Amino acid sequence: MLEVSGITQIFGGVTALEDVSFSIKKGDITGVIGPNGAGKTTLFNIISGIYTQSSGHVLLNNVDVSGQPPEKLARLGMVRTFQNIELFGGMTVLENVMVGLHTKSSSGLLACSLRMPWSRSEELNIRTAALKWLEFTGISELAEVTAGNISFGKGRLLEIARALAVEPGIILMDEPAAGLNSRETLGLARLIQRIRDLGITVVLVEHDMDLVMDICDRLLVLNLGRKLAEGTPQEIQENREVIAAYLGDAD
Amino acid sequence: MNRDMIKFLGFAALILAVPFALSGGYLMNVLVFVGIHTMLAIGLNLLLGYAGQISLGHAGFFGLGAYLSGILTATYGWNPWLAMPLAAAVVGGLAFLIGFPILKLKGHYLAMATLGMGIIMYITFNETIGLTGGPSGLSGIPNIAIGSLTFDSDKKNFYLIWSFTLGMILLTLNLANSRIGRALRAVHDSEVAAQVLGINARLLKVQIFALSAVISSIAGSLYAHTMTFISPASFGFNFSVELLTMVVIGGLGSIYGSFLGAALLTLLPEFLRAAQDYDIIIYGAMLMMMVMFMPRGLVRGVPDLLRKLLKKRGGKHA
Repeated sequence: MLEVSGITQIFGGVTALEDVSFSIKKGDITGVIGPNGAGKTTLFNIISGIYTQSSGHVLLNNVDVSGQPPEKLARLGMVRTFQNIELFGGMTVLENVMVGLHTKSSSGLLACSLRMPWSRSEELNIRTAALKWLEFTGISELAEVTAGNISFGKGRLLEIARALAVEPGIILMDEPAAGLNSRETLGLARLIQRIRDLGITVVLVEHDMDLVMDICDRLLVLNLGRKLAEGTPQEIQENREVIAAYLGDAD
Repeated sequence: MNRDMIKFLGFAALILAVPFALSGGYLMNVLVFVGIHTMLAIGLNLLLGYAGQISLGHAGFFGLGAYLSGILTATYGWNPWLAMPLAAAVVGGLAFLIGFPILKLKGHYLAMATLGMGIIMYITFNETIGLTGGPSGLSGIPNIAIGSLTFDSDKKNFYLIWSFTLGMILLTLNLANSRIGRALRAVHDSEVAAQVLGINARLLKVQIFALSAVISSIAGSLYAHTMTFISPASFGFNFSVELLTMVVIGGLGSIYGSFLGAALLTLLPEFLRAAQDYDIIIYGAMLMMMVMFMPRGLVRGVPDLLRKLLKKRGGKHA
């Protein structure tokens, strides 16, 4: 599904990532973990096309997408969410999700201005699909509320609904549990599993270890910009280097 | 028929009935200007209110449309109905080309760049004397005609201009409520989020920049053919700022707001004539008050203000 090979990222004189390689299998939930400053978000920003790496390649479905802009990646089936949710605050919750269906529709400037019959039926389809995703994430009752006025937890769900509307093959989530209470986190865990059950590959950066150990099929551990370990949650929990990185070396 | 359409038809009926209420003459001429300014404000609002991109050079596109139409008809004897779309296509194409490098800039830098763009166009109108007549202007521009009907009186021009203006209001309302309108507002609120959802923000901004230039150009052509005389003074930096004021006073991201802003800024100076030398002070003070008390513009500001007043009164009784 997703293959990352030899990614190095240098900011000024600082090496944020050094020769990171891994591959993600279709249908897995993969967690990317590591202490603060390990380079997790940088890695996400590179994979999702927001940064361009200093060297290395990103392959999506065996196609080299290195250096492609985010909008191109979305059309190739990869979407992401943000740590500090990025909602369209001036629009309603429903409209936010409808924007997610932009790539699923094609009416141009002229057709939209003239409200051609096909652009009108397209608009109806967009609305129906958007409502479906609101229902999937359990925030249907907020459809007509302005997105800038909903709680952080609901905003997180909205951002996920909006990303799912793109009908991606793979979704990257940057710390989806950050800022959520324990009840919301539990709901999020079930939601992520339901997303996987739709056949969507999930990759998440996360600090909440309970969540990660609970739902991830595989884990990738970064430390100081390098890949430290890779494996099942069980293997990672028993990995001495990982324990050392998190708790400090006992020697 | 939906509510938006009923609202629009009501608005259109109201506008088209105005000539019956007026005896014609001077005020009619002012209302022709309200129509032209409404088109310009709507064009700029698409860019500023929806896409969130500023332009301090839109008077330049307005002028370019006016001059292209004026020169093609007055100097080369073209039919205005041919000159107008050609001018619009040229201005749109030019804006598209300028838009690509310029819309990479954000905020103050974009303001500066568009300011420069407007000034360059203004200087061009002034200096290419062989084509434009320079500072003394271009005269002898023919009126628009349909068959034997020539739009040569204030009343006829009112209907001509407002047919275009109402058509433009309808089209832009449709656009604003479509997937494109949503994408524009999305880019405005969070460009990066719009991009990760598959919206090509850069291309979309350039397209809207070009569209708003095309609207300005059409307004310019109509202006040239109703006035029959144009000079660079109408297309300078001051006018770009006035357009911006119309959009902000009326309400960012509101099509009807653009009409209100244009109407207010066009009519107010006329009514303030009575105050003689103090008119400009009153005018300035009113604009300041409006921005202070109705920062979201007239369209949303008046209901906001009423709600606030009602709440205060309710509080007193409680």
